[in-house]
Amino acid sequence: MFHWLEKRPFFFAVGVFLVIAFAGLVEILPNFAEASRPVKGLKPYSVLELAGKEVYKKDNCIACHSQLIRPFKAETDRYGQYSLSGEYAYDRPFLWGSKRTGPDLHRVGNYRTVEWHENHMWDPPSVVPGSIMPAYKHQFKNVADLETAYAEAVTVKKVFNTPYGDDIQPGKAAYEAELKNKILPEARKIAAQMKNQDVKDMVAAGKVPEIVALIAYLNRLK
Amino acid sequence: MQSNAALEYDYTVAKLYTYTAIVFGFVGMLIGTLIAAQLAFPDLNYLLGEYGTFSRLRPLHTNVVIYGFTVSGIFATFYYSSQRVLKVSMAESKLAMTLGKLQFGLYLIAAASLVVTELMGITQSKEYAQMEWPLDLLIVVIWVIWGIVMFALIGIRREKALYISMWYYIACFLGVAMLYLFNNMAVPTYFVAGMGSIMHSVSMYSGTNDALVQWWWGHNAVAFVFTVPIVGMIYYYLPKESGQAVYSYKLSLLSFWGLMFVYLWAGSHHLLWSTVPDWMQTMGSIFSVVLILPSWGSAINMLLTMKGEWNQLTENPLIKFMVLASTFYMLSTLEGPIQAIKSVNAIAHFTDWIPGHVHDGVLGWVAFMIMAALMHMAPRMFKRELYSKKLVEAQFWIQTTAVVLYFTSMWIAGITQGMMWRAVDEYGNLMYSFIDTVTVLHPYYAIRALSGVLFLTGFVMFAYNMVMTMVASKEITEEPASATPMA
Repeated sequence: MFHWLEKRPFFFAVGVFLVIAFAGLVEILPNFAEASRPVKGLKPYSVLELAGKEVYKKDNCIACHSQLIRPFKAETDRYGQYSLSGEYAYDRPFLWGSKRTGPDLHRVGNYRTVEWHENHMWDPPSVVPGSIMPAYKHQFKNVADLETAYAEAVTVKKVFNTPYGDDIQPGKAAYEAELKNKILPEARKIAAQMKNQDVKDMVAAGKVPEIVALIAYLNRLK
Repeated sequence: MQSNAALEYDYTVAKLYTYTAIVFGFVGMLIGTLIAAQLAFPDLNYLLGEYGTFSRLRPLHTNVVIYGFTVSGIFATFYYSSQRVLKVSMAESKLAMTLGKLQFGLYLIAAASLVVTELMGITQSKEYAQMEWPLDLLIVVIWVIWGIVMFALIGIRREKALYISMWYYIACFLGVAMLYLFNNMAVPTYFVAGMGSIMHSVSMYSGTNDALVQWWWGHNAVAFVFTVPIVGMIYYYLPKESGQAVYSYKLSLLSFWGLMFVYLWAGSHHLLWSTVPDWMQTMGSIFSVVLILPSWGSAINMLLTMKGEWNQLTENPLIKFMVLASTFYMLSTLEGPIQAIKSVNAIAHFTDWIPGHVHDGVLGWVAFMIMAALMHMAPRMFKRELYSKKLVEAQFWIQTTAVVLYFTSMWIAGITQGMMWRAVDEYGNLMYSFIDTVTVLHPYYAIRALSGVLFLTGFVMFAYNMVMTMVASKEITEEPASATPMA
């Protein structure tokens, strides 16, 4: 049979494809509907939090931080309740990471404050002596891309039925309203707890620096 | 052309990919060495402003060594060896030739865009699948072109039976195509919402599902980029270089079909103790252990090919590279299954043992095999002797030392970390704060950085040797039958 296959490249290729596709069908498909169900009371990310998630992705925090608390006592003691599948229902992409050069962040919102994050992102060893994490000072200057974050909210609402309210609608006008009514007030609340004057000035001028969005996102992780 | 006349093979495209393998190999390993040093000496994070932090550079390192160096190596060896095992020349097919060059051009564009977008932080933040949707589309085009060239050459082949290497290249093509497409399914937000960045997209899958699909890809990118085509290479280059026939045809059959069937199941071993269902985790675990069989099958087949000819190991440094490559392949494919056992994984996961494991595979197996293949090809493509045997010998020992330093330091670092995270005192309280488990690793990170410097040094020697072979070495008139001539 194999001698026959080796002389017939087409059937050979079909054979290989069937053999490699098999595992995916059996292992991945059956669980799809089940695993995308949210836990009770899970809210979608606010636009500011989504913008913060983009900062998390852009500066690639998953290189060193996980968001997955495994069901061991040593982990629940250190980080809190172990992670549940339904908690990730609105995570596109998932940001579990695969390496803990730094600690897990899945519930970091439970035990860190705005002030802590501000000091830490500006100069990590000042907060955690011996830390090898680099400073992310550029996040205090770069402006977060709120429009793209808003576009993401609109997209997941429309395409995946993520339960956003009526305020999330396509179009510039709806975006401006969201900016005025929700995003900026949320950002101002965080900026009020910060001490960096540039950040405060930017938020007062209606712009949101990356650090503010990132802190909004990190505080949401609970 | 008469059927009994010697074929003149056309190496135009193989040469182009040889150049990029050398360039990307150097760049990727340089970045790798830098980020290794950053973990030991954090001040090195500030060389390039926001573009030089560990977190930004780490995916650049992985992407450049995987999609730059390794994939260039795969294409270079494919465009070289497939002509020979199929007994056709690229020059005979205008279609294959044109598409081959086009593919290389697009590949360069993709590589440049990859570097720029990674530095800018435009990323899907999925490991080994960072590229955003416009680049994904370009990759699909490049990959489809490769498939067309492959089957165009197969279509006009003179040797009817496909040689083992071709099985593996076909599998590489199909496997990566399937996995890449499914894992990168995403909706570009600009086209739905009409605002924001055109580069941005959201994944079609969320949370646990996204993780499953991602590691189905992530693990099998290892399978179909770091294993399948590299095994295909060793099946061609080791018999060619040693002048020995492959030891067992049956073993090669068993290993090939075994690898194809088993590898795909093992992806979920990256998600042990996570929120994916237990039965999937168990399947991943079991199949990872089963995976030892086909992996060792190929490796043992290669080692036994050298039966009765072990004297070549002392005489020919390229044989050294290939034999050590299959040995590291065995080490790596034993280590992986051990880490996939749930209780071991509880300690190993999230620690430096994982990059340690990856690197005994990619440095000791993938990079060794690709460099040996390119050194075997150079005299045959450029019609000159390999420039310096002494340099190859020195490179071999420097890089072997580097690999050993890498994985031993990361074994110790990983297990130390894993044990400290779970250590409790007599009252059951955690003994160490997280930062204790970071600072303790400093010496191992420093050793790893040193190993990076050594491996990079060896690679520079390889690059120099290759360039000198192309431009300055003694010309040869007849193609060597087996052992590569070197000065």
